[in-house]
Amino acid sequence: MTTQAALEAVLRQDRGRLLAALIARCRDFSLAEEALQEAALSALTLWQRGTPANPTAWLLRVASRKAIDRLRHGQRGALVRETLERLSQFEGDAPEDIPDDRLRLIFTCCHPALEPKSQVALTLRTVCGLTTADIARAFLDAEPTMGQRLSRAKAKIAKAGIPFAVPGPEVWADRLDAVLTTAYLIFTTGYSAGPDEPRDLCAEAIFLTRLVNHLRPAEAEVEGALALMLLTHARRAARHGAGATIPPAAQDRSLWDARHVEEGRALLQSAFARRRPGPFQIKAAIADCHMADPGPDWPQITALYDVLWRMEPTPVVALNRAVALAETGDAAAALALVDSLSGVLADYQPFHAARAALLARMGRLAESHAAYDLAIRDAATAQDAAFLILARQKLPSGGQS
Amino acid sequence: MKYLLLLYVDPAKEPAQNTPELGAYLGGFYAASQKMVADGALIAGEGLGPVETATSLRIRGGKVETMDGPFAETREHLGGFYLIDVPDLDAALAYAASLPTAPLGTVEVRPVMIYDDASGA
Repeated sequence: MTTQAALEAVLRQDRGRLLAALIARCRDFSLAEEALQEAALSALTLWQRGTPANPTAWLLRVASRKAIDRLRHGQRGALVRETLERLSQFEGDAPEDIPDDRLRLIFTCCHPALEPKSQVALTLRTVCGLTTADIARAFLDAEPTMGQRLSRAKAKIAKAGIPFAVPGPEVWADRLDAVLTTAYLIFTTGYSAGPDEPRDLCAEAIFLTRLVNHLRPAEAEVEGALALMLLTHARRAARHGAGATIPPAAQDRSLWDARHVEEGRALLQSAFARRRPGPFQIKAAIADCHMADPGPDWPQITALYDVLWRMEPTPVVALNRAVALAETGDAAAALALVDSLSGVLADYQPFHAARAALLARMGRLAESHAAYDLAIRDAATAQDAAFLILARQKLPSGGQS
Repeated sequence: MKYLLLLYVDPAKEPAQNTPELGAYLGGFYAASQKMVADGALIAGEGLGPVETATSLRIRGGKVETMDGPFAETREHLGGFYLIDVPDLDAALAYAASLPTAPLGTVEVRPVMIYDDASGA
């Protein structure tokens, strides 16, 4: 293995852990990143004589020295002195077992004092190790814009005194929800990007949630969120065909990833056994019911949306509940519910897609055609648009307006 | 770290004079202040006179301009402040959440500028 390859392997495995350990001591994201970058450059030269026995500990020791050098050359003050003391702990013999501070890192990146998009970007950069360019592409931003966002977030953490800490019990539920919401936002961004993106954000979100589950086991909502992602991700190979999105009910089940389905279901069982229900668990249960044998269990899905509505009374939950209700046979009631949401969801593409399908069921073909037009115009991906165009083509000829 | 908690509220939403609600409202501030004192966090805190009593001043072209009224015409006005010294933002946010202003208006939490730290200036 070349030095470069050896270094890349170590960083792929341990970059998040190294950064977390450094940030925990210097309390400065930018300084930690720069110091680790410098240590990696040194490694490229020095490891040519032979890779150290514990490369991760070597990187931590050298990066700590680099950070100390930078601090000594900068301004002096009480805060700098404290930081130097904490860093010097790694300067001599770094411990063989590097402390795992990644849970603190995750909670800091997902602090609600940061904008949600910044939480996502910072988590992807520091915990998952994506480059600024990767993150910019995922969010359709220019790289300098994303770079500025990351800089602002890091500066706010330092200047506003956002702690590098796992939150206490009084705010635990809210803060854990913020972490899981960030992870799920990463997942849905990857999901809607479709299959052609080079960097798989769905896999990054699953990695992140697995990591939280590993660092803080036995949390029902963490298991629920992980189950939701795994069950959704399991259908990845089956959800597109001939360039169009295929709904779960019509998918080729042999293409579902059995390992992910099994793991997702086991996690969901484990979560429910803790008797601490939450929205991620309910959403995972809904995903599971979509995959019931031989087809989706719509009465159960409707009941689960009733439960979810009590936790999250949002128009989107109401819309999904109405869609499930229609599948149980009550299309008229479902359409009435959907129409009652027209004010708040007029700009929400799935609203028009759902309404188009319901109007078609009720035989109101001209209106259905018009609703399909709106849904196709705003479809998130070409595959989604193709699915809707097919549905519109299948309308009887009365649908031509 | 030192933080200034800026208490913004729409005066029309605050309990009126001579109502039992006003007693509970002021009692909420008293309890929050007592906790800050007991924790050794409170540096200063005051409620402000009503916005009608505000005077704003600026110098433009070397000339002092004095105006009747607050800096910004908004529905929610700055009604008071606390200056606290706590370990981090989470501690400051916990005190902000304990104030009766939080459910009624908005508490803005601002760190006080640090001058001896390279990253804080």
